[in-house]
Amino acid sequence: MAEKKKKFMQGNEACSEGALYAGCRFYAGYPITPSTEVAEILSVRLPKIGGVFMQMEDEIASICAIIGASLGGAKSLTATSGPGFSLMQEGLGFACIAEIPCVIVNVMRSGPSTGFPTGPSQSDVMQAKWGTHGDHPSVVLTPATVQEIFYETVRAFNLAETYRTPVIVLYDEIIGHMREAITLPEAGEVEVIERKKPTCKPEEYKPYAQSNGSIAPLAAYGEGYKFHVTGLYHAEDGFPTNNTKLIGEANERIVNKINKNVDKICINEEFYTDDAEIGVVAYGVSSKSAKFAVKEMRKKGVKAGLLRPKTIWPFPDKAVNKLAKQVKAILVPEMNLGQVYYEVERASRGQCEVKGIFKVDTEAIHPNQIIEEIKKFA
Amino acid sequence: METVTAAKKKKKEKPVPFDYSNYIRKGKLPHIWCPGCGHGIVLKCMLRAIAETGRPNDDFALVSGIGCSSRTPGYVNFNTLHTLHGRALAFATGLKMAKPNLKVIVTTGDGDALAIGGNHFIHTCRRNLDIVIMVYNNFIYGMTSGQFSPTTLPGMIATTSRYGNIDPPFDVCKMAEAAGATFVARGTAYHYGELEKILHEAIMHKGTAVIDIIDSCPTYYGRFNKFKSPADMMEKIEKEGTVSVKQASGLPPEKLEGKLLRGVLCKKERLEYTEGYAKLIEKAGGSKPK
Amino acid sequence: MGYRYEMRFSGSGGQGMILAGIIIAEAASIYDGKMASQSQSYGPESRGGASRSEVIISDEEIDYPKATSIDAMLAMTQEACNKYNKDIKKDGVLLIDSTEVKNAPKGDYKVYSYPISTVARDELGKIIVANIISLGMIVELTKIVSHEAIEKAVLARVPPAFLDLNKKALQLGFERARDLKPLP
Repeated sequence: MAEKKKKFMQGNEACSEGALYAGCRFYAGYPITPSTEVAEILSVRLPKIGGVFMQMEDEIASICAIIGASLGGAKSLTATSGPGFSLMQEGLGFACIAEIPCVIVNVMRSGPSTGFPTGPSQSDVMQAKWGTHGDHPSVVLTPATVQEIFYETVRAFNLAETYRTPVIVLYDEIIGHMREAITLPEAGEVEVIERKKPTCKPEEYKPYAQSNGSIAPLAAYGEGYKFHVTGLYHAEDGFPTNNTKLIGEANERIVNKINKNVDKICINEEFYTDDAEIGVVAYGVSSKSAKFAVKEMRKKGVKAGLLRPKTIWPFPDKAVNKLAKQVKAILVPEMNLGQVYYEVERASRGQCEVKGIFKVDTEAIHPNQIIEEIKKFA
Repeated sequence: METVTAAKKKKKEKPVPFDYSNYIRKGKLPHIWCPGCGHGIVLKCMLRAIAETGRPNDDFALVSGIGCSSRTPGYVNFNTLHTLHGRALAFATGLKMAKPNLKVIVTTGDGDALAIGGNHFIHTCRRNLDIVIMVYNNFIYGMTSGQFSPTTLPGMIATTSRYGNIDPPFDVCKMAEAAGATFVARGTAYHYGELEKILHEAIMHKGTAVIDIIDSCPTYYGRFNKFKSPADMMEKIEKEGTVSVKQASGLPPEKLEGKLLRGVLCKKERLEYTEGYAKLIEKAGGSKPK
Repeated sequence: MGYRYEMRFSGSGGQGMILAGIIIAEAASIYDGKMASQSQSYGPESRGGASRSEVIISDEEIDYPKATSIDAMLAMTQEACNKYNKDIKKDGVLLIDSTEVKNAPKGDYKVYSYPISTVARDELGKIIVANIISLGMIVELTKIVSHEAIEKAVLARVPPAFLDLNKKALQLGFERARDLKPLP
């Protein structure tokens, strides 16, 4: 029975399928390798269901358009890669402060600048966290298989709606272009969270009302609520304020609505970590190399284990700290020159040695490279 | 007694004063604009033009970027969105495509629309998406205290052109028309009656409508360039510096030199983008968008 | 733990190496009930340059999607052959298109040489199906997927107007590989 639903597809295709499954009805983007397949697929699929696909004049316009569409009530998506992601940073900040749900996919390639456009990397992890200016919430998901890209894209939309915030799906060229057979769930099999709409009278509607950490429902424009949205700090009614107390509270609130829900947002895969003496923390494509290495080491009786965050931001401090307590060392393989490595070091709090395995030649980290490092601690 | 008053009233036949209270949000005024700034006049023209359509407020969305003119949406009782510098049209595009029934009006300035937002400006015109673009053109960056803009005339003084501006200016209307806008007009704050009519026509138009609204910034442009008063600026720039299309037709070329044309400069029919998209959906075999 | 079978298809951009990889991975995963993943690396060129596609076939979840120790490789150009033959394992299989690859590499693996492009052009009239002939040959040489599965996968991926041509190309591949002996 599962046979029937199995489909052989690329990571970027699974992303498009995930978006459609989650109810995405608006896509705006600008062509860029290696994310373009998402646009190509949605340009065919969205019109078939009455949705909108727009090829914009640049990535700045793309993120602004999806925020505009989201205010029109549509679940919306854009997909890009490093250079385009850089251009989107200001818009991303707007979505954070104005609390507009939307999903941004960044298929990482080599950089900085044009770099090697067809070559993979994992070097946008920190940009995904700190790219836009000002203190802001960051929710960033890092799937590692084609099937997982589907699920994590659905989850990204769900998190965006739940927390009224932009969510980033971050993966690399290898996974984006890799093909595997995946199973597409039937409608209703996977939870899809719909946007909460206000039920109060329009004159009572406060789009940024806060009571006990709850998140106010977001009305759509043109549905009677006639509210105001701005990128300036604003009061509960959405209008700009110069009140320093309100400004401080508002900034803390948009960050804390994520920080206070870390346990709900952070999901990890633990692979042989129970009795691990040597830990590996890896995400995305590097976690695939790491898993291969851990399996090989286990065959040889070495107690290696992998902690794989599916949510890289907020960072899974607790899980890393727990692992650090029990192992001699944690290895952090990543296709950059050290980004998540420093987070692991911070979260480990000196309880074990932390060692990075970095690679930026646009070839995936070879499992043997990780195996060699594990052996040093075995 | 009563009949006398009624007769008196009838005799005078004064129109009922326009009631702005339906359009101005309670408690959101005073606005931030300086004394002598023309933006308030433009705001009034816009609200009257909207009222003439007879459509409810909820049918309108006002979107803006950053700058003095971009503060307009905060004061008015519609669906309002105050966004990033230069990006109003990109936000507006997304909103319009998600909710094609909304009438979207973008209030923007010469810097916002033509410098940082120039790319979005030409591409919106190219698509002929049904958006009204009101360019409050006062030849200067007012909010950041008086730097020259893409419409500042050569020789003029600004805080970043102390030796006189050497950048040639854009002609907003020519640019809009060349980019594909299907309604292009120019008005001024001085000719407020005419502006109201133009704005109404722009709102009723289906397609991208660009209105270059010549306006004055006495605080910066006026002071730097030795205009005596806001009224003097309006006289010189808006009144004497422009000529209506109708008047112009009867004037020799030498009389038109250095003057900007006022009125509707271009109006044509071309497939509007949301209508084009609806056809695309049909072609793809999809259902009509909600 | 299960087995892991690694394949690499290499040539120049436009020769259908990525498609060849997709088809065999699809044959394995959709029609033969195994696990398979296909990945690729490519340059900025849509045509020309060295292009490669890698396929991992296993009976369990595939973690690392790139080749580490290759069981079977196809090389359609000399450049690709030179660049990518390093990782072929002992007793592995290398199939080269002798139309283009004049210098066969030496190694502790089996090298099969056949003028694939020439045959595609002369016998089927379309050089474009060289990749499908290669698929037939490599399946015949390795038996990594069944004939039925590869045929279904080929037919599912090619345009309807070219079904017969591709079917013929695949059969031709099976036949020509049947009695092919490795280079001494």
